[in-house]
Amino acid sequence: MTVTAPPRSAATPPPPPARPSAARRLGGFLLRQWRRLTAMRTAIVLLFLLALAAVPGSLLPQRSLSQANVAQYFTEHPTLAPVLDDLFLFDVFSSPWFAAVYLLLFVSLVGCVLPRALEHARALRTPPPPAPRRLSRLPDAAELPTPLPAADALDVVEEELRVRRYRVVRRERGGQAELSAEKGLLKEAGNLLFHLALLALLVALAGGKLWGYEGSILVTEGGRFCNSFQQYDTYSSGALVEGSDLTPVCVGLEDFRAEYEENLTAASFTADITYGPPGQEGRPTTIGVNDPLRVDGDRVYVTGHGFAPRFTVTLPDGSTFDDVSAPFLPTEQSTMASEGALKLPDLGAGAEDQLALQGFFAPTGVVRDGILTSIDPQPLAPQVAVVVYRGYLGLDSGLPQSVYSLDTSQIERGRLTEVGSANLRVGESTTLPDGTTVTFTGVAEYAALQFSHDPGQVWVLVAAIAVLVGLLGMLLVRRERVFARATAAPADGGTVLGVGVLTRGSGDGAPRSAALTDDLRAALAARAADRAPSHGAAPEPEASPRDR
Amino acid sequence: MTADQLAALSDTLFSSSVGLYSLAVVAFCAQLAFGRRPARARELVGAGAPVEPGAPAASAHRADPPAVRRWGRVAMLLTALGAVAHTGVLVARGLATDRLPWGNMYEFATAVVLVAVVAFVVLAVRSPGLRHLGLFVLAPVVVSLVAIGLFLYVEDGPLVAALRSSWLAVHVTTAILGFGVFFVSGIASILYLVRSRHEARGGDPAGLVARIPDAATLDRVAHRTVVFGFPIWTFAVIAGAIWAESAWGRPWGWDPKETWAFIAWVVYAAYLHARTTAGWRGRSAAWVNVVGLAVMVFNLLYVNMVSTGLHSYGGVN
Repeated sequence: MTVTAPPRSAATPPPPPARPSAARRLGGFLLRQWRRLTAMRTAIVLLFLLALAAVPGSLLPQRSLSQANVAQYFTEHPTLAPVLDDLFLFDVFSSPWFAAVYLLLFVSLVGCVLPRALEHARALRTPPPPAPRRLSRLPDAAELPTPLPAADALDVVEEELRVRRYRVVRRERGGQAELSAEKGLLKEAGNLLFHLALLALLVALAGGKLWGYEGSILVTEGGRFCNSFQQYDTYSSGALVEGSDLTPVCVGLEDFRAEYEENLTAASFTADITYGPPGQEGRPTTIGVNDPLRVDGDRVYVTGHGFAPRFTVTLPDGSTFDDVSAPFLPTEQSTMASEGALKLPDLGAGAEDQLALQGFFAPTGVVRDGILTSIDPQPLAPQVAVVVYRGYLGLDSGLPQSVYSLDTSQIERGRLTEVGSANLRVGESTTLPDGTTVTFTGVAEYAALQFSHDPGQVWVLVAAIAVLVGLLGMLLVRRERVFARATAAPADGGTVLGVGVLTRGSGDGAPRSAALTDDLRAALAARAADRAPSHGAAPEPEASPRDR
Repeated sequence: MTADQLAALSDTLFSSSVGLYSLAVVAFCAQLAFGRRPARARELVGAGAPVEPGAPAASAHRADPPAVRRWGRVAMLLTALGAVAHTGVLVARGLATDRLPWGNMYEFATAVVLVAVVAFVVLAVRSPGLRHLGLFVLAPVVVSLVAIGLFLYVEDGPLVAALRSSWLAVHVTTAILGFGVFFVSGIASILYLVRSRHEARGGDPAGLVARIPDAATLDRVAHRTVVFGFPIWTFAVIAGAIWAESAWGRPWGWDPKETWAFIAWVVYAAYLHARTTAGWRGRSAAWVNVVGLAVMVFNLLYVNMVSTGLHSYGGVN
């Protein structure tokens, strides 16, 4: 999109003799609205609206980024949040008004670019336009006197311009020989490519959203998952994805390694995984941060890691739960201090109560004044601080609850009561008043894996590259037209060559035009010098009339 | 030299470059203070004639008295020396940590300011009339560097795992280049707004404003720098998306940094359109460019320090 004439509402035609038909008036109205929408001013306003519309998406928590942050915002602003939610302010980038802005912008873009594309196609096939009547009105104009005859002088100009890759056409108008040349049509081609590639980018992104899906899951070392929506902890899928479309593949986590520098900066996270169709021995490979597995349009990423402490719980009646574990979520990445919960809803036949541990895990724990803190992200001296609850967990209440924490409302209502707490190292145990013992038996590492499928991604990349190529063409190529007209010199019988240069594009064309004019002058002089010995005197110019 | 010595050298060079830039500011002040307004400017203001986009900047420079040119040369020399020390800050950091020296906010911002200084020096060498902009570029540079040193400084250290990718060299380097160029462009547009109001009101021809380049020159500088910076910024955003695909599992996720990079891109696109559209050309377009710079600065400061996103590599608590 570049300059488009403003809507021509000002120039209203004289009042027509009869009222036009309703259809014609409607057509006229629609045409005016279309012109208004595709005008450049509208495009600029829409660009601003687009920028403005994106702002709340970065200032307010977004569901697409973090459900938890949105939930927290709801608890902190109980009256404001529902109002914002009604305005889609927690889903800005999938909201109807955001879509309205960018769709209008793209309609405006199409309405502006398509006519220009047709015009450009026509321009490619037509020769450069005739020279304007008065060359001296062009921004960079000069008069070059030369003893050469008109045709020869224009020959020299044509040669110089063709070397510079101009398209040149010679004409004879009003008895005067003239020349038009242009180059830099790639500028407009770049402009069109840029805008159409933006359109392609949008289509590719939309296609990827419709036919793509991704699922996330925490997998402990030795664990395994298969690509189905039932297995994922969280997943999102496009409107056109069916459960049966998912690639049949299973991924197992063999080993996870986190390496750290001396100052405890995370240096690398790598996961040894196996992957392959269900029921088969998978192929081993290693993935890591910045290094996902890419197979047939599917990708597997390591997006995080954490620890899953293992506990053995022995009930007073002697029955035991051996090495039960639950993933704890890191609350502080630098020390990997983590929090989580282990729920034991079924304590065996006849048991009414349920048991749960709520815990804080420190990979390298230090206890100060009875408070456990973590000082190192590596599991050098793992410790947990656990609080044991007994009672009703509310798992079958019908309300969904997090697997990483206990339902605090059950504790507030007194249905879950604290029955003991302890700080435990590996191997240590605590005994509750009723004789139940809880032993911290060890810790496993888990990796957060993400499985993604986005068929539009390659096309997004292709479109993005086209955007860049078009942009470079549009901004760097200079479109220039050069016109020359030979007029018989009034005095000595030579020729006066009027030259005008018209530059369209970025930057300052004046020095380049001046340089071109100088080159032409030098070339004319050189040719005249070559001719001088053979032609003793300057021949009569071919163009007959002296004045127009 | 050991890594610790190199890191200490980097910090010393940082102070040196701030000192040299400060001296350059003084010299640029002297250039402006002792400068008599160029005779041309008065004619143009008086006649209200349209300023032709030829080479008024260069001729204004030629019209300067020798004292002004001397101060201008001293100021440019000090700026260049400052830029050398400034480059040394990053080189020493890079050698001390054995990685590219833009792994945290301190290093990133330092590099952005260096690009801005270099962009100004290139412009001022190519058209000497633009030296009169020196004060207005170098003063924000000094303020920025002092603020960076005070609030963003972090010790040299290794990169976090997510940043260990060759895309760091591509994405962050181009983001720095784009930002630095936009920085100069934004300043040119701010001065354009000041100068064009001065010209429109027929302001005091002996005043300070009369000594900065005329509005047409400033508008052209602002436009050309955006034309230079916009493809670089576009490339930086695309490279960021490619990197995000391999690091975070998706090319685009409306992370706060991504969102603001997009907003900045849209604003600069609007500027390029506005400058060729009747009704937007001139002051309105310049305001768009100023908004673009504000968005870039907001993206650096707010998004890294206040909001939490995947780009929070600031290392500043």
